[in-house]
Amino acid sequence: MNPSTPQMIDLYPSSRARIVLRAEDVWKSYDDGAIEVLKGVDFEAAAGETVALCGPSGCGKSTLLHLFGGLDAPDRGHVSVNGAEVNGHRNLLRLLRHEVGFVFQLHNLIPDLTLEENCLIPTVAAGIGHVAAQARLRRLAERTGLTHRLGHRIQKLSGGERQRTALCRALMNRPKILLADEPTGSLDEHTSSAVFELLLDIVATEGVTLVMATHDRGLANRCDRLLEMHDGRIHEPVSA
Amino acid sequence: MIFLKLIVTNLRRHRIRSFISVAGIAFSVAAMLTVVTILQGAIGMFSGILSSDSEIIVFERNVSDLFFSNVPAAAVQELAAWPMVSHADPVLFGIVSSAGHPIITCFGVTAADARIRKASWIAGDKLSFAQHSDDVVLGERAAEFLSAKLDDHVPIGHGVFHVIGILKTANGFEDGGVFMPLSSAQSFFHKEGASSVITIKLNNKDDAASFKRRVIATFPNLIGLEDDEFTRSYSQFKILKATAWAVGGCGLALGGLGVANTMIMSVFTRIREIAILRVNGFSHVQIASMIFGESAVVSLLGAVLGLLTGTCLLFALKLVPALHGYVDVTIQPVVMLIVILLALITGIAGALYPAAYAMRIRAVEALRFE
Repeated sequence: MNPSTPQMIDLYPSSRARIVLRAEDVWKSYDDGAIEVLKGVDFEAAAGETVALCGPSGCGKSTLLHLFGGLDAPDRGHVSVNGAEVNGHRNLLRLLRHEVGFVFQLHNLIPDLTLEENCLIPTVAAGIGHVAAQARLRRLAERTGLTHRLGHRIQKLSGGERQRTALCRALMNRPKILLADEPTGSLDEHTSSAVFELLLDIVATEGVTLVMATHDRGLANRCDRLLEMHDGRIHEPVSA
Repeated sequence: MIFLKLIVTNLRRHRIRSFISVAGIAFSVAAMLTVVTILQGAIGMFSGILSSDSEIIVFERNVSDLFFSNVPAAAVQELAAWPMVSHADPVLFGIVSSAGHPIITCFGVTAADARIRKASWIAGDKLSFAQHSDDVVLGERAAEFLSAKLDDHVPIGHGVFHVIGILKTANGFEDGGVFMPLSSAQSFFHKEGASSVITIKLNNKDDAASFKRRVIATFPNLIGLEDDEFTRSYSQFKILKATAWAVGGCGLALGGLGVANTMIMSVFTRIREIAILRVNGFSHVQIASMIFGESAVVSLLGAVLGLLTGTCLLFALKLVPALHGYVDVTIQPVVMLIVILLALITGIAGALYPAAYAMRIRAVEALRFE
């Protein structure tokens, strides 16, 4: 393993796998270049694969996830999902509505709405019919054990339930890729483990590609691949 | 349904702020409704005076105000002689003041005038009208504010007149007015041999067009207009209406600023929420629709509340003795519709900047916003 050449074969999924997410020589900086966050990142993820991005705070994990989901644009380089460039405005809405789902460390749910209403937001955005949306919600709620909580407002839910709700919402429109930024970072160890178990189970069942930024190596080790980020680069692969 | 809930959620979160915003629109709408309705009523009353038992008004061409119109007595006689005319009544308008009463409207009319013939007399005898030059008949409210009874002598302007009758009329101007014999009024207002207008009753209404053409051909300085035509084209009415709408419009503009302030605060306090919606696939248009929707709800609530408040205010004004007969609470549907539309447009205009701001929110930055 040569640290100066991070683009090693282990960085990539099997050559036979269908690549759904690709980043090529991605650079990103803030404050007019004063803070360089990403310095030429290359990345690929295959359909159905689970990838953990580990690294210290500020190494660029979240920034990379934002670029994957089209929430931000790289200064240089390309990000594509299913072969389509992410940063074109026309692609962005389709991307957010149908291709990727986000789960954040903070659940980012709307407190005045009920669990059900929060989960239905992506379907409203995408114009999915009420019947189909409800059917999908019931199924996901059943999978995540939230059926009895559907009518409850977010303030009434526990931390674990809120994060499971966020997971449901992210998966409502059947995205191909789930981008999770410290999805269990705000939970206690026991709840964290349970939520992560559920996350892996659902992405496996749904055939979703998971790219997860985490500090928790225990959780990261349960992914198909674990990539180490440091100083704005994916430095070296670590076998999961 | 969820979209609607997203719209009303923020209004419910900040109830006081929302209420103040709704109240701002409501007061504006109420003010506009009240001013416009009162002025429309006043215009209607003035038109009512002119159209009393007549279809056409003949007056001096190109005068800005009927008080300045001079129609010669010869014209009255000639028009009355036309076969298509049932009767032609000259009316002279004048305004005088009296102690404690800055404005008293005077009507110089003949005994044959419908205002005298068909009026409901509370006191006096209609047959005694125009027997003496210093005789006057008072409207009921005029009698009240002049503290005059039958056979009293009252100072009006620079003269003293003998009250020979008191009329009851639903028209505020007539009810607060003084009726004089035409010749007395001509002398009093130094308009000998002239009247302000001639009101014409035709034998057949279908002859109106040919009558008007004949007036223009015969009297180049006069013009004949049908009642509704006159109401639409009379410049004083136009000025009054424009003033009413302008005053109301200014009120609404202030209400609109209130909405704009509320909506800006609304956007600023939900930046993170808007970012969440963006991450979940909401387009710029959907975000803007949400802001405009919120503003539209505020405006519509304000419009409804304003219409109710305005109507109550009009009824209250109608009960004020001093305004008796001057306030017509008939709210025209078209006025209501225009007021609602203006409130809605104001609300939407107030949401333009907040919506544009919301559309520019970058999710990635806003998600860091606490």
